[in-house]
Amino acid sequence: MMNDLARFWFDDAADAPRACTLEDYQGATPRWCPGCGDHAVLAALQRLCRDEQLPPEETVVVSGIGCSSRFPHYMKTYGFHGLHGRALPVAEGVRSRRPDLHLFVVTGDGDCCSIGAGHWIHAIRYNMRMVVMMFDNRIYGLTKMQTSPTTQAGYRSNTHPRGAWLEPIDPIQTTLGVTNVSFVAQTVDWNPVHVAATLTRAYHHPGLAFVRVLQRCPHYTGDVYEAAQRDPKRLLLLEHADGVPIDPAVAKLFPNRTAHDPHDLDAARRLAARDDEVLPVGLFYVNPAAQRYDAYTVEGLATPRNAKLAAVRGELDHYKV
Amino acid sequence: MAPCGRARLRVALRVPGAAAYLHHEHGGRGRVAYAASTEPIMSTSVVNEQIIEIVSDSGEGAQTAGQLFGTLAAKMGNGVWTVEIIPAEIEPPPRSKAGASGVRVRFGSRPMTNMGDEADLVVAFNEQVLYGRIDAGALRPGTVVLLDDKWAAHPEAAVRDAYRDGVEDLRARGYVVREVPMEAETLRLVDNARRGQNMWVVGLLCALYDRDLDVAKADVAGIFTRRRKGPEVIAQNHALLDAGYAWGREAFTERFRVPPMETRGDMVVMNGNAAVAMGAMAAGIELCAMYPITPATSASHYLGAAFHKAGGFVHQAEDEIAAVSFAIGASYAGKTAMTITSGPGMALKTEMIGLAVMTEVPLVIVDVQRGGPSTGLPTKVEQGDLLHALYAAPGDAPKVVMAASSIDECFHFMVTARSLAETFRTPVIVMTDANLATGQTAFPYPELDERWLSPPVDQTPWPAGVPPYAWDEATGLSPRPIPGQPGGMYVLTGLAHDERSRVAYEADINQRAAERRSRKLVALQESLRPPVVHGDDHGELLVVGWGSTRGAIEEAVDALRADGHRVSSIHLRFLSPLEPGLPEIFARFDRVMTVELNYSDPPDAPGSRRYAQLAWLLRAQTLVDVDCWSRIPGAPLPPGHIARALRERLSGTLPDTRRTARRGAR
Repeated sequence: MMNDLARFWFDDAADAPRACTLEDYQGATPRWCPGCGDHAVLAALQRLCRDEQLPPEETVVVSGIGCSSRFPHYMKTYGFHGLHGRALPVAEGVRSRRPDLHLFVVTGDGDCCSIGAGHWIHAIRYNMRMVVMMFDNRIYGLTKMQTSPTTQAGYRSNTHPRGAWLEPIDPIQTTLGVTNVSFVAQTVDWNPVHVAATLTRAYHHPGLAFVRVLQRCPHYTGDVYEAAQRDPKRLLLLEHADGVPIDPAVAKLFPNRTAHDPHDLDAARRLAARDDEVLPVGLFYVNPAAQRYDAYTVEGLATPRNAKLAAVRGELDHYKV
Repeated sequence: MAPCGRARLRVALRVPGAAAYLHHEHGGRGRVAYAASTEPIMSTSVVNEQIIEIVSDSGEGAQTAGQLFGTLAAKMGNGVWTVEIIPAEIEPPPRSKAGASGVRVRFGSRPMTNMGDEADLVVAFNEQVLYGRIDAGALRPGTVVLLDDKWAAHPEAAVRDAYRDGVEDLRARGYVVREVPMEAETLRLVDNARRGQNMWVVGLLCALYDRDLDVAKADVAGIFTRRRKGPEVIAQNHALLDAGYAWGREAFTERFRVPPMETRGDMVVMNGNAAVAMGAMAAGIELCAMYPITPATSASHYLGAAFHKAGGFVHQAEDEIAAVSFAIGASYAGKTAMTITSGPGMALKTEMIGLAVMTEVPLVIVDVQRGGPSTGLPTKVEQGDLLHALYAAPGDAPKVVMAASSIDECFHFMVTARSLAETFRTPVIVMTDANLATGQTAFPYPELDERWLSPPVDQTPWPAGVPPYAWDEATGLSPRPIPGQPGGMYVLTGLAHDERSRVAYEADINQRAAERRSRKLVALQESLRPPVVHGDDHGELLVVGWGSTRGAIEEAVDALRADGHRVSSIHLRFLSPLEPGLPEIFARFDRVMTVELNYSDPPDAPGSRRYAQLAWLLRAQTLVDVDCWSRIPGAPLPPGHIARALRERLSGTLPDTRRTARRGAR
């Protein structure tokens, strides 16, 4: 009440940033299944927006198609729920001329690593500033349990009832292999503190921050992350001063911790290639100095209209006879 | 058909007269050597139009020469239309029929709207590429052929024989063949004739057509400056122009003057892809997202070279889908963007264009059509994408489809397209084709308008209570919130949705939303004018066309009308929505038929006849029994071919489709 009065009476206060609460970021009621890991990430992103006080009108969430891609509907920001596999190029277009917006992308393992795989590779290379949350539940959920590119070999689905024939693609290794990669992190939906800390770290990265969220699907792949969820020893917490900042009290809940320098790409790749049952969580790699394509696409953004008109006339003059 | 009012060209050459030729072989260099042995040009004839071609193997510079000669004609005040003659490969085998590379230039004393019929004169660097042009129907008996004579002395007997046999055969076919020592003369000035013979030929043609050599020289300086060459290269090319000109002055006994058009203000000369690029900049579009595809790509070359000066950029995406997605993302965020492609790219972009329709995101899509289906004829013209542009989407996806019928429309339609895209909150497809894309013509210097440029992105607060799709009941139009606008937050979705962009779970919402999107086309149609009839507004036959065929169709109609036939034509720029008033116009003619550059079954084909694409559309929209004549030669339709087809229809040598259809209806 006081706040409203202050805004009404004092110009200075009217210009001051308003205080946004969680409700300011909460859109439609989520229609994901009970127990779905997506709920936790939604809550984490809403908290991030609140903590960073992102104006909802300057925040855009772009998604593709799949269970997780319903995400923008549940935010009270601008959203773009587009086509299967195409979230990344749409987000690149948004970013190209709008450096002022806070941009988040939601994509799934099918959306990103299968139908949109070409865009995935190039988005990493473009390195335009955005947070990309890749929800990996290792199955096609919305279309009712088909093998995804990250489904483990032997896992039974409706398209491979005798078990998936191929070994899964590794999204972390693949992303770390792309030229100009600048930020790769991994988190798990069942540790909300770590999810929130990872997203915050990603949000502040000046480039494309790729975050793989290991995400439970209670309907179809409830067993896939069950062991890791039950036994914290199956997770390996990556620690570094420049990594995902974790409260020491929370860090203690991870029996397995290791120091990992996220500026060391070779070390990141070795870590990602570990062939054991332990899942690293935290920041694999970061390079804030990587070249950014959005630095190219914003050139000339402030060109005044008369200068544009003069430029067109100058070009036309080349063709004059 | 004999083009009306065009003088037949008889080019008499004094050389190779033995004396002059020997003198060249053994005498000194340059102009002085000729002066003693030959006379200057004796007579000048005035003609009101000419069609010339310059053809060579790829890489010998015939394209540069042709474009230069075309620009020169425009600068001298002629109406001009050029057509690129393009082989499918970058460097096909030399001396091959399929390898012909060059340019046709049609120029005259009135505006030129198409490539015309057979050439009056062809300059050929070898006889084999000439056969490629003969197969394409580009020559007629009487066409003058200026042929490089170097092959007569080629070290390989097979080549010498092929040349000799060729010259004999060409003469037997009725062409006026003149052997010209192009390479020999060029080698007097340069060591490698591949870098210079084209300029010598332009000099030669300047003598024959009484062109201003100083204007040519200024153009040549411009070309080589743009290619970052120094003054030595420019001087050498000027010397080649002089040498060709001097040789021509003394070798030709007559020359031809093509007077300029009567009135003209400032003009520009460019091809359709350059016009699209310039139009995009004039329209205030700041972003062209594309993926390389022939014949659309060169528009992005022009943009890439100039866009940054107007604050824009070309995004070369990883694929066609990414290109259109990128453009849609930018448009959604307030910067209406364009994407440009050809048929195969349209196929790939289809799902995304459907999304733009469903979510009402403004977008400009340019489709530079080529032969299809599949990879088809990558460098050749066709009008095969019309129905694809109109209907290729799952479900009902109404959008605006326009077709440029000339190169100046390639420019101006970009301005119209961006404006319509934003006003009607819809994708707009601008159709051009390979003929417009690579043909050059002169058109009035556009009067630019600052209002064409897009306004700054609106970031003012969105009015409270107004949903993101506040569809007007009558027009389906609605204002659009843009990210950054306080209070306008909504989630754009490709799912069926209501006014608030909420996912539609009730059946009637989908019906209602589709109706609103459809009504936008009705609203646009009501704002359009009926097409203007070329010729009388009633008669025996009405020809309907769209796209790049306008000039050729109207020329054919004029020829028939000159013979007393009651034929008229209309040309459609808007295909979706269709221009209004068509049933009324159709009713004033006994018969209606389309002429198109796409496939259709002939009228007497067995089974259910498959119609040309515009005919299909008009039949469905007007219930008039519209006939069609269409071809897919991979080249523009010459006016003479169209006129012949119309005569056949009028003389009734083919079945009257209207009567057939009426019988079928009973």
